[in-house]
Amino acid sequence: MSDVPAPRHIPDRLDKPFSSAIFSWEALLIMVAVAIFTINSFASPYFLDPYSLSDLTFNFTEKGLIAFAMALLIISGEIDLSVAAIIALASTMMGMAVQAGAGTPVLVLIGIVVGLGCGAFNGLLVTRLGLPSIVVTIGTMSLFRGIAFIILGDQAYKGYPESFAFFGQGYVWWVVSFELVLFLVAAIVYWFVLHRTSFGRRVFAIGNNPVAAQFSGVRVGRIKFILFCLTGLMSGIASVLITSRLGSTRPSIAQGYELEVITMVVLGGVSILGGAGSILGVVLAAFIMGLVTFGLGLLNVPGIVMSIFIGLLLIVVIALPIVWRRLNGGRLT
Amino acid sequence: MTALLKYREIWLLAAIVLLIGLISTRFPAFADPGNLRQVFNDTSILMILALGQMVVVLTRSIDLSMASNLCFTGMVVAMLNAAHPAIPIPLLIVIALVVGLVLGAINGLLVWRLNIPSIVVTLGTLTIYRGATFVISGGAWVNADKMSPDFIGFQRAAFLGIPVLSWIAILVIALFFLLMTRTALGRSIYAIGVNPTASVYTGIDVGRTKFVVFCISGMIGGLSGYLWISRYVIASVEVANGYELNIIAACVIGGISIAGGIGSVGGAVLGALFLGIISNALPVINISPFWQMAISGSAIILAVMLNARGERQQGRIILRKAEAV
Repeated sequence: MSDVPAPRHIPDRLDKPFSSAIFSWEALLIMVAVAIFTINSFASPYFLDPYSLSDLTFNFTEKGLIAFAMALLIISGEIDLSVAAIIALASTMMGMAVQAGAGTPVLVLIGIVVGLGCGAFNGLLVTRLGLPSIVVTIGTMSLFRGIAFIILGDQAYKGYPESFAFFGQGYVWWVVSFELVLFLVAAIVYWFVLHRTSFGRRVFAIGNNPVAAQFSGVRVGRIKFILFCLTGLMSGIASVLITSRLGSTRPSIAQGYELEVITMVVLGGVSILGGAGSILGVVLAAFIMGLVTFGLGLLNVPGIVMSIFIGLLLIVVIALPIVWRRLNGGRLT
Repeated sequence: MTALLKYREIWLLAAIVLLIGLISTRFPAFADPGNLRQVFNDTSILMILALGQMVVVLTRSIDLSMASNLCFTGMVVAMLNAAHPAIPIPLLIVIALVVGLVLGAINGLLVWRLNIPSIVVTLGTLTIYRGATFVISGGAWVNADKMSPDFIGFQRAAFLGIPVLSWIAILVIALFFLLMTRTALGRSIYAIGVNPTASVYTGIDVGRTKFVVFCISGMIGGLSGYLWISRYVIASVEVANGYELNIIAACVIGGISIAGGIGSVGGAVLGALFLGIISNALPVINISPFWQMAISGSAIILAVMLNARGERQQGRIILRKAEAV
């Protein structure tokens, strides 16, 4: 009888061999990012300029902020398609407040609270009533943006106070914008929450097996509710930034952002089926998408053609490891 | 009678009748058969699209690229018509079906052969197909004056007092009804949605069936491309932008479960009609069309709440994933 005792020592984190780090998703993304960066700097003489690079960051900071919360939500096995509509509704509410003479602090508060409220509404529908999030948020997406359309019609809100412009247009230091700082701070916070706290561990547990997580004492419903609130909150913050950057509100603001945010998250290596992903991947994916759109923009490629590259990038980056594995002995997953 | 009440289609039908009743209290002419025929005609394209989406959703997949497919194929046929007005319309429809089929097959192959989740694949092709429309058209529009009279007139021609567009919708509904209730493929589509693992053990090729449903939704997207362009007589990159979510909304309102396996042809048709009636009714009862989005959003949320009550009881899932292929 080989009586092997159970291992006494269970490490908090598995020691990953160096080779696995090289072949990890993040490494692949870094290579893609470096490649695109190099191509860009050869393709356009205007690319390698601090001010150009600073402009570049505006392409992904707002969507990236939402993508962090969305990453957690998708890891937990849910999804939120209403983020862009939340931006529109929050922006409309801020616009109404401006008409009523609200100052900058009130505007920011309104944006954040409306975002949080919308997220909580999604969360309640999904967790309390047990509805599939993809359908619920398709519904709330129409509802939130629909309310913005009812209020605004074909009009636009303008006349935001000058101090409000700082959030979307201001620079903290030299070419480092407020948006970029916020993006980096949020990246660190979300990285810490997801990868270094028990809350993050629970999010992964729920995504891998919600039933097992529940039996292990994880409050699945509550955590999912919190994640929906977080996604709403980040959309509210993004709404403040976008409204401040554009200086006006139309009901069609941020149209189609939801798909770009999800593309960012999936490109970042988060499994759309839940249970796997990392914040570093999402940060890299945000950079890559920003690089692609900005680089092509410098080459005067129209936005709609850029979207082809984003779409191809999404499919190719997902398909590549699968094809690679097939070619290397046909091992499955 | 009580057995009949179990069908959610009956409830949806009752809701639609009630809706028409409510509208006609403010605008009596709305319930006029002539007007209802018009509403049906206006909703034809959405009904066709919802049916294409239905077969995909039934297999636990989703096709977000249908509206982009519609846009691309519509542009192809519009440009063909502008360049060669002599091409007969039936041939153009065949071309639309083939182009749509190819786009759908690309989705299907990626889902089948590479096992990429359909939501990721079609999210990618959603942007690619619309971008490709820009590439082939150079951003230019094809306007009514470049289209041949036949191209525009074909679907408007009346046959037995009903426009050809409505007849096409009726034909598609009939074909889908036969497919879902009278063929082995229809059975396997339901089986995969209810339990993919069991489907594998009963000899259904899950991957290939998914490929086939994406081909079907692609062909539907292509067909709708021609119908849409010839109806609204303009082909541009912006055609049907964001419409994929309306299609899914019609399915959800029609009681098709996004989790797969539950749904019927009648449901998809009624779900589309429900949305069609709302968009037709708002202007005549003097509500700003800006209300439409919020109303359909609320309808989706209500519908999914009602659907969920019917779906609670389900078989226990013992094995999580199907060992497909």
